Amino acid sequence: MDGYRGILVYCEIKSGKVIENSLELLGEALRLKEKLKHRPEVSALLIGENVQQYIDTVQGYGAEKIITFENDKLKLYRPDYYSEVLTKIIQKYKPEIVLTGATLQGEEIGPCTAKKLNTGMAAHCVEFKVLSDDTFVQVVPAFGGKVLGDIICPNFRPQMASVKAGLMKKAEYNKNNKAVIENYCDEIVGFGDKIEIMEITETSRERKILNKSDLIVGGGFGIGNKNVWRKLETLANALGGAVGCTRPALDEKWTEFEETMIGTSGVAVSPKIYLDIGVSGATQHTCGIKDSGIIISVNKDENAPIFEVSDYKVVEDGEKIIDALMLVTFQKCTFED
Amino acid sequence: MRVSYSKIGGLRMTLNIAVCIKPVPDSRYYNKIIIDPKTKCVNRDEIETVINAMDKNAVEAAIKLKEKNGGKITIFSMAPDNAVKNLRKVLAMGADEAYLCSDKALGGSDTLVTSYVLAKAIQKTGNYDVIILGNQSEDGGTAQVPSQLGEWLNIPHFVNVKSLELEVNKIVAETKTENGSIKFKVRLPALFGVIKDINEPRIPNVMGVLKAKNKPLTIFRATDLDLDEGKIGLKGSPTQVGEIFSPDMKRKSQKIEGAIDEIAEKIIEVIKRAGIGL
Repeated sequence: MDGYRGILVYCEIKSGKVIENSLELLGEALRLKEKLKHRPEVSALLIGENVQQYIDTVQGYGAEKIITFENDKLKLYRPDYYSEVLTKIIQKYKPEIVLTGATLQGEEIGPCTAKKLNTGMAAHCVEFKVLSDDTFVQVVPAFGGKVLGDIICPNFRPQMASVKAGLMKKAEYNKNNKAVIENYCDEIVGFGDKIEIMEITETSRERKILNKSDLIVGGGFGIGNKNVWRKLETLANALGGAVGCTRPALDEKWTEFEETMIGTSGVAVSPKIYLDIGVSGATQHTCGIKDSGIIISVNKDENAPIFEVSDYKVVEDGEKIIDALMLVTFQKCTFED
Repeated sequence: MRVSYSKIGGLRMTLNIAVCIKPVPDSRYYNKIIIDPKTKCVNRDEIETVINAMDKNAVEAAIKLKEKNGGKITIFSMAPDNAVKNLRKVLAMGADEAYLCSDKALGGSDTLVTSYVLAKAIQKTGNYDVIILGNQSEDGGTAQVPSQLGEWLNIPHFVNVKSLELEVNKIVAETKTENGSIKFKVRLPALFGVIKDINEPRIPNVMGVLKAKNKPLTIFRATDLDLDEGKIGLKGSPTQVGEIFSPDMKRKSQKIEGAIDEIAEKIIEVIKRAGIGL
């Protein structure tokens, strides 16, 4: 336990960029630093091939130290290689707290690393707290967000945690920030040639990023069919917003965009306006919208649980409301422009 | 672990498959979950347990491999004694044998300890070529046990797996990423955490249910498993649960009423007042 100091943020690189989720964690790490009496240093870890190009970004978003680990073997993501590197870095630098995004990658290499180091990891935390005695508390959801629990890791180090995108705020970018850079290099063994990557498929599709939208129109099972779903998408577009969905809409195949699923097993959002239509209000979903500015809910079932968490309640058929909103939006645009 | 197929002419092999399952409270009744104000514990006694959804996909994936290649499916679970009924259901689906690790001493175990206990049970009972788990549970949903179990067993492991095909001594699998997929080949033994996309789990038929009654089901107590006492239960778990609470998300739920077009007008007003330009 002794000798562990500092906060390490694993900065994930995807499609040639450091993901937003990691930048948000850097922001949170800086806030944790302020709360902890010994003011631990905030480090960013960049793993991969040619990662020097990302230094400006993580430095600008507040990393005080940047550790890089470059190796040809890291060109393609492999959980065995990546978790081995993360483990080596932690063993060398001994941070007391290690944060990763609750991404598919973070949720894979995080627990592997925790096992290799024989320590604990709290998965998809929604909040961090620091108690008066400097205890680091990780708040995690259970039962689809119905229950939140405080997790502590009192006797093992580091304390590892993953966080979903959109829950924490990144710092203001400052181009004058200067971080200490350390390039670390070592052998990587992993499972060697037992694993062979054959093909990587990336679907390039342009979607409005939920976390950057001021307005999100969310649709659920109550939408009823794919035709009405198309209308919902058109409405979101007309309002200049993005479309979010719930698990049933994906299961029904009205939408294929799993990354737009809002909730504890999807993404958490905080738009100025969340307009949901045909969403029943399962806790899995409502936990992902609780930070929205204003929540307007449309559901024909007066007793739908969603209304308990709404600012405005409309008991009506979703399709009728979509049609009416389209008409109003269309008129406004035509006559006021 | 070592590879243990017996080649029976040509490419046909007998696979030894292990599947881990977890009984979880039925998610349809999550609204019945209450936190006892005195003990600060989650009261879920009234909720029946079911097999975690993705674990059924894991069982189905194992059955598909067995149907195609021959082999044996052994189920493992760490849960209280009443999980026997969940295990019988999995045996009814088509698994061959089951082991339940159940002991008061295992209460309070986190994912590191759970995966340790499962690893010990797996190592005690045989050499498995393929180990399959549901990627994540519905209740805790940490998605950590598959990776950590793979680490304890020191074999290649993958999560978010959406397809599995057996080749000689190898599996070709595909994992899902945020914006696509990765296809890879891995030498056995290996471990896979599977997601819903992989298959549609079968529902046991009457014949299966009848057969399941006579399939071997063994309960392991902590002392049966050669466990390091300091590594199990609450004491051995690095993470510990402190206070638990229900988030309060209530809002005022002000009703917007009127004719459809009036409602639409009012909604647009609310949107504009929030500072969104239309």
